[in-house]
Formats: sequence, C-alpha cells, structure tokens
Amino acid sequence: MSSDETPPVGPEPDPKADDEVDAKPDPTTGHEFDAEPTTPHAPEDDQVRTGWSRLWRAARPRLTRANGYITVLAALLGFAMVAQVQETRSSGLENLRQEDLVALLDGVNQQSLKLSKEADRLTRTKSQLETSGGDEAALKAATERLRTLGILAGTLPATGPGIRITIGDPKHVVKPSDVLNAVEELRDAGAEAIQLNSVRIVADSYFGTAGGDRLMADGTSVGAPYVITAIGDPHTMSTAMAIPGGVVESLKQMGAKPSVKSAARVDVTALRAASTPRYAQPSSS
Amino acid sequence: MIPAIGLVVGLVVGIVLHPDVPLSLQPYLPIAVIAALDAVFGAVRAVLDGIFDDKVFVVSFLSNVVVAALIVYLGDQLGVGSQLSTGVVVVLGVRIFSNVAAIRRHLFHA
Repeated sequence: MSSDETPPVGPEPDPKADDEVDAKPDPTTGHEFDAEPTTPHAPEDDQVRTGWSRLWRAARPRLTRANGYITVLAALLGFAMVAQVQETRSSGLENLRQEDLVALLDGVNQQSLKLSKEADRLTRTKSQLETSGGDEAALKAATERLRTLGILAGTLPATGPGIRITIGDPKHVVKPSDVLNAVEELRDAGAEAIQLNSVRIVADSYFGTAGGDRLMADGTSVGAPYVITAIGDPHTMSTAMAIPGGVVESLKQMGAKPSVKSAARVDVTALRAASTPRYAQPSSS
Repeated sequence: MIPAIGLVVGLVVGIVLHPDVPLSLQPYLPIAVIAALDAVFGAVRAVLDGIFDDKVFVVSFLSNVVVAALIVYLGDQLGVGSQLSTGVVVVLGVRIFSNVAAIRRHLFHA
C-alpha cells in the first residue's frame, strides 16, 4: 500500500532500489511503525523477492486515514461473509426466491392432493371390506381379478369391440414369422385378447411349421385362410395394420390376400388351459 | 496488516453476534460479498503490480458492492433475478480467478 507514495515501478524493478525505498522513512504517511525493520529476504530469485517484498511492504501497519477506511471495509466484509454463511446454514426456505417458493408450494400441493385421493380410495375400500362382512367384498374383488387375469391368460372367453383379419393364402407364402409380426403389431396397438383360427394367442404362444409348409400355432396345425380375431380399440388396431410397410402391405406384396374388418363386437372363444410355470414361483414381496 | 486484522475482527464479531440478515437484504448480500471479494483480490493484485491506490480501492470496493446489488435488484424487478445473479456470480468468479492467477504468478512465478 505504499505504492501510492512511491512512483509506480515497472513490472520488475531493481530489487536494490526497492530496498532503498523500503528503508526510507515515509515522508507523506508519517506513521509510527517505521522503526520496524524490513524483513531480510534470503537472496533468492530476484522476481520472487520483488513479489514478496511488495506484499510485505504493503502489509506493514500504518495509521493513515485510507488504511482506516480499508480496515473498516475489510471488517464489514468479514462480518457480511459470516452473516451470510450462518444465514445460509440456518435457513432452509427463507432465502429462496418468490417464484421458487411458488413452484415448491405448487408441487407440494399437487402431491398432497394425489395422496389425499389415494387415502380416500383406500379408506373406501377399507370401509367396504368392513361393512360387507369382509368376505363378500373380498370375494368380489378376487373374482374381478380372476376374470381380468383369465382373459389375459386365455382361460376365459372374451367379447368386445375389435377387428378381424382374414388372410387368404392361395400361393402358400405366409410364413410363421408373418403371423407373428401381425400378432406383435396387434399387441403394440393394445389388443387385449387374440385368437388365430381356433387357437388362443397369449403371452407364451409360439408359431412354427408342422410338416411341409403348414402353419402351426402352439402345437396346433392351422390352415389357410388364417383368421386373426383381436379385441381392443378397433380404430387403433386397424390403423396399425394399415401403416405403410406394415403387416397388410407386406402380406400383399408376398401374394397373400389380407383383409381387415372392424366390428363393434367380436368374440374370442378359443380357450387355453392354464399352465403351471415350472421355474417361476410367486415371490412374496 | 491492519486490514487483515480488520477482516479477522469482522469474522469474529459475526461469529459471536450471530446476526440475522434483514429480509430485504437477503437476495443481495451474497452477491455483495462476492463483489467485495473481487475488489479485495483486485487490490492484492494491484499491490503486487505496484499500482495500488487507497482511494481507488475504497471506491472500487463500494461501487462493486453497490453495482452488484443494483443489478440483482433490477433483475428481481424484471423477473430474471435468479438468472442475473447467476450471471453476476459467474462474471465475478472469472475475475477473481484471473486476479488470483496474476497474484500467483507474482508470488510464485508459476
């Protein structure tokens, strides 16, 4: 801080001159600490010495008005830093901005709404179970569940809106993979129950050939024309069938004669015996 | 030396008094502290460059703090307070880094 009294020196002043300036009593500042000797620097690299000696000279205590201001400012800075640090540590939400708080509040509100809805539903179920003597409601719920699972597993007949795809195959070009493609496309489009001729198609159904070029599904031989009946949203499924490069178009290119019909009510009547899984066990979690 | 003691005194006083930051100051204090730190590092660099000036330091310290707080205030009024304070912190951080680099070069030549 003495550079304001001494003329600004170049980037690498002569260290000797530096020392001379150091030793001189400061005429302008007139401080009491001039008696303090300058630190004897080990004769090291000149540049290193310059940097450190400057710092040291600046660090010498002097009682000037400017130094006092600077000290006050430094004290304020320290005070403010500590205040801010403590504030940040102690408060969680207080120093968030208004919009952040609003967003936070909104999220919490939505969550609480969702949770209270769920609580309502559970309370209703609980009171139903209690008032209806327990067994009846439980039985009803279990039956409902059984029906849903039965349709999925193919153990129950199903009816509802859907589509019927008839694939005429005069040239014997339809391969198992084509039928599989059609079934996959139907599943993608949300088909809930699928039947191929007299075979119910479920999650573990497979397609192959049985002797020559006859198609086989789940071990049952299937002959042309192939009729795929699927229950689901008719519009979605027929759109899925008709996409460019999709099932219908590729079948037509191969020489088969596919036709897709939507219906407000189709029946999936073929059944399939429920099989017990050999390896998978229900886990209790 | 005396300013350093002042800094320590300020820290100790803050720790002892455990002040509450007034609500109206809360968005601006962190930015102001960063701005003041920028001024301090700039001052140390100026000392090492041999161009330090007391008056310049005092003025730059105060104007840094005031301008930083003003920018954040303006940002809050315009609805971009958080973005603008991030911007201010980035700019001041870059400046602090370059100042520290200059100080390091002066002291260690590395």
